[in-house]
This record gives sequence, C-alpha cells and structure tokens, in this order.
Amino acid sequence: MNHVRAHTLVIRTPEGIVFAFLLASPISRVLAYAVDLACISALTTVAGTLIRILQVAIPDVGAAAGVLLFFVLQMGYGMACEWGWRGQTVGKRLLRLRVVDARGLRVQFSQIAMRNLLRAVDLLPAFYLLGGVVAWLSPKTQRLGDLAAGTIVIRTPKIEPPDLAQLTAGKFNSLRLHPHLAARLRQQISPGEARLALQALLRREEFEPVARAGLFGELGTHFRGLVEFPPEAVEGITDEQYLRNVVDVLYRSHLEKK
Amino acid sequence: MVGAMIIDLPKFIATEQPYWDELDRWLRQLEDDPGGPMDIAQARRFHYLYERAAADLGRLNTFASEPEMRRFLETLVARAYGEVHETREQPHRFRPWHWLTVVFPRTFRRHAEAFWLAVAITIAGSTFGGLALALDPDAKPVLLPFSHLQMDPRERVAREEKAKTDRLAGNKAEFSAFLMTHNTQVSLYTMALGMTWAVGTVLMLFYNGVILGAVAVDYMRTGETPFLVGWLLPHGSFEIPAILIAGQAGLILGRAMIGRGTRQTLAERLRAIAPDLTTLIFGVALMLVWAGFIESFFSQYHQPVIPYAVKISFGVVELTALSLFLWKAGAGPDQPEKREDGA
Repeated sequence: MNHVRAHTLVIRTPEGIVFAFLLASPISRVLAYAVDLACISALTTVAGTLIRILQVAIPDVGAAAGVLLFFVLQMGYGMACEWGWRGQTVGKRLLRLRVVDARGLRVQFSQIAMRNLLRAVDLLPAFYLLGGVVAWLSPKTQRLGDLAAGTIVIRTPKIEPPDLAQLTAGKFNSLRLHPHLAARLRQQISPGEARLALQALLRREEFEPVARAGLFGELGTHFRGLVEFPPEAVEGITDEQYLRNVVDVLYRSHLEKK
Repeated sequence: MVGAMIIDLPKFIATEQPYWDELDRWLRQLEDDPGGPMDIAQARRFHYLYERAAADLGRLNTFASEPEMRRFLETLVARAYGEVHETREQPHRFRPWHWLTVVFPRTFRRHAEAFWLAVAITIAGSTFGGLALALDPDAKPVLLPFSHLQMDPRERVAREEKAKTDRLAGNKAEFSAFLMTHNTQVSLYTMALGMTWAVGTVLMLFYNGVILGAVAVDYMRTGETPFLVGWLLPHGSFEIPAILIAGQAGLILGRAMIGRGTRQTLAERLRAIAPDLTTLIFGVALMLVWAGFIESFFSQYHQPVIPYAVKISFGVVELTALSLFLWKAGAGPDQPEKREDGA
C-alpha cells in the first residue's frame, strides 16, 4: 500500500518498512527536457553533417535518410536513453531525476515506450501545455504519458554530509562522557529537530547578537528538556555550546566511522 | 512507533555495512544483467539481504541523527524492493522475428473487437463523406481540403496516363521517408488520443473515413474506378489497416480510461494494457514503412507504365497476405493464445 505526501511518494512494503521517493517538480522536469532538446538538436546537427556528405553522393537517399533520422531521433531519444540508463536521459542525469514505476517496481520497456509515445498528446496544443497542467494538478506530478504508463519521475539528490568540523573540531564535549544518555538523546530527537539544531549552528553568524542569543536560548531550553544529563556535564556551558554538543552527539558518530 | 533501540550506533553500522554492501553488489549485477541466472540458494541469500536491510532501515528510522545513512538505506531498500516484489515477467531477450510473427498478431487478435469497432467508425465516416460529396459536389473543397485532391479526377487520370517523364525521379526515397514518418505520426496521435476517453480517436478515425469516402465517390462518379483502385490499393492495403490498428490501440486506451465493467483502478487498467499498446503501435510503424515504400515506388506509376490489373492484383495479394498474417500467424494447436507478459 502506498500514499502520497507533499512531493513524496511513500511506499509501505509488505514487510512493514516505509520508504519515500522524492517526486520531481514540473519545473525541474521542464529544465531536464530543455537539456534533452539541446541534446537532440546537437545530435541532429552532427547527423545533418554526415547526411550532407551522403547527399552529395546520392542526393535522394541522403534526403530520405535525413527525414528518417530526424524522426527517429525525435521519437527514439527518450526511449533509448531511459531504457539504456534505467529511467534517465542526459537531462534527467544532470538534474538527478529518474523515471521509475509508480509502485516502486522495475520500470518495463512498455512503460518507457508508452510515456514517450504519449508525449505527442502532452505537447498539445503547444509548449507542453496539456502535459504541464496535468502534471501540476496530479498528486504524483504525472503527465498524461506517465499516467498511461504507470510511471513517476523522482529526484535522487546527492546528500552531502554536513561540515561539522567548523562547529565541533577540537572541542571537548561533556555529553560524550555519558554514552547511555547520549544514545537516549539520539533516540529522542526527531529528524526535524536535528536539522533545526544543525542549521541554527551553521547559520549562527547570520543572526543579530540579540536574536542569536534568544534563538539559542529557546533551542537550548528545548533540548535540555529532552534528556536530563548530570549537572557536572552541563554546568557552566552556554546554550549555544550545549547545542553544539548535541549536534556533535547526533552527527559525529557516523562521521568518525567514515 | 519505536523499534529496537540501538545503543551503540557506530557498532550497529559497522556490523551491518557488509550486508548492505553485498546487497548493493547484487543489485548492480541485476541491473547490469537483468536476465542473469540466479539459483535457489542465491535467490534465498538475496531475499535475506533485502529483509535484513529493510529491518535495518526500520531500526535506523528511530534515529534522527543519520539522514545520510537513512537515505542510503532507503535507496538500497527501494532498489531491492523493485527486484523482490516485481511479479511481471521480464522479457528475457528481445527476439524481433518472434515478436513480429507471434506477439504482434496475437496481440492484434486479442483485441479484435476494438479493431472491428475502428473499422465500423471508419466505414461510418466513409459513408458520410461519400454521401456528402454525392449529394453536394460543391462541398468538395470542404470535404477534401488538400490541393492534390482538388483537381477533376478525369483531368488527373488523363495527365497521369500521358505523362512522359517521371515526376518523382530523384525524389522517390525522400517522398517515401516523408510518407513513413507523417503516417506514423498520424497513427501515434490516433492511438494517443485514446487518453481523451477515446473521443479523439473516434474523431480521427471518422475523419479519415470521411476523406476516404469522399475521394472514392469523387473518382467513381467520374468513371475512374480502375485508376482509383489501382492508385490506392497497393499502398492502402497496408496503410489503411495500419491506421485502423492505431485506432484499435486508441480505443483500447479509451476503454481503459473509461473502465466500465471492471473493479480495477485506473492505474491498474492502464498498466495492464501498456504492453499491448506498445506492441500494436510498433507493428503499425512497421506496416507504414512498407506502405510508404510502396506508395512512393509503385502506387504513383499508372497505366501504361504499370497496368491497372497488375497494380490491383498486387494490392489484392498484399491485402490477402496481411489478413492471413494478422488472423493466423502465431496461432496453432500447440500455441494457445495467451499474453506474452504472462498475464
């Protein structure tokens, strides 16, 4: 069973595990399509040069080859790329997008063929208007070709680890003296809270001094309330330093392993 | 909501990483060679690795601090999920001859009622177009808005039969290529407009019929029936059935969109017909390649260069062969007609 959250398609496996696909936005898909059009144009130009040579030798055959080649490039580029690169074209690769089955299963050739063949309708009446409107309204951001083929286009962003060296390198972390409490802290904090603490520290220089003190005061109060550390571990450290220690506990273990 | 608590996260990752890496290697292998062999022991091992990674993801989900690791595991589990839970048969190796002589005709026959409906719509259009031109000859510019069909048929026949030069000389291949690509695009639209609950497909078939009927009546009422049949039959014996099969595909698509009489969801209905539509439209494209070739290199030459009897006989032979192919190929007592995708 699966359901849709905002910009994600959540798949719940029969084993009860939940994972989410990040859906590509219509804008990113338009940009990827623009790159693909440029690729088709470049291929057409290269092929056109070869065909002009052929036309000198056999004019009629050269002209026919030009008509056929242009058509095949227009129709076959998307199909060939998506089949060969498992759901990606050049544009999709650059923008880290991928076509997958809407149920999270393997995408089949017939699905790739259908979504590309039905592009003709999505392009109507001009400039992808029909397909764009349908995708905009669709909960899974599917154009008509995707609806017919049972496919979705997902984002596969590259996740970079945060640069924690600038925050915690060489600094003593009193919370680490209590590993069982540190483990409980990791357990208690939600992904949103962890991101909030990290972003607050990474962007601390952007705040006015008063606002900065107020923000870290609120965050410090919140995080101190989640797990109670012994007084000797938290005595004499500012809210900002406490938050720095929390982020160190949350993120550092994995980075150290690397 | 909370799974087993992990006290020592680095140890947990260090323990599980080899299993994730092994699963990743399996997946890469499967992605590079989808039809690659896998014995029972390997399949069991693959399934074990998938379940272990899924369980790890469940445990890691209780931690806020590992977004990168969680995303990695999500991607790994998602890839493995696609392999483990995929029940549709993966085509082992594309065999063009088998596809052409078995898969395509069987697919066509499996949806024969949609084909006959396409035929009926085209006949209705032809009847309308023919009657309209017969009752109101002045409507010809409206019914046939193409410059090459505006000429009086008697004038055209006289001109063609007296022609001393080959007007297509030096352009036959290009003209042929133009016909192939143009007709394929029209067919593609005819199929794709099935997404409009088949309304667009019906209109395309009807309009195609109107033109056919009007052209036929235009030539027949001026006594140029042999020219008409000799001109249209050699390539029309493939081109018209190709458009009808494209219409068949559009009607199948439209029926799936409407979904009357089935409890399947729209997504399930569309998913079920996608392989058949792909087969039909690629078959149509092949037929139009032949039709384009014949129209450019054969149909445009008339008596006395090629006698009408020869052209008509050729067209009849083609039509008979195509009919036999579509209705008989790939069927036999030892080959029950079933879906190629295993459904």
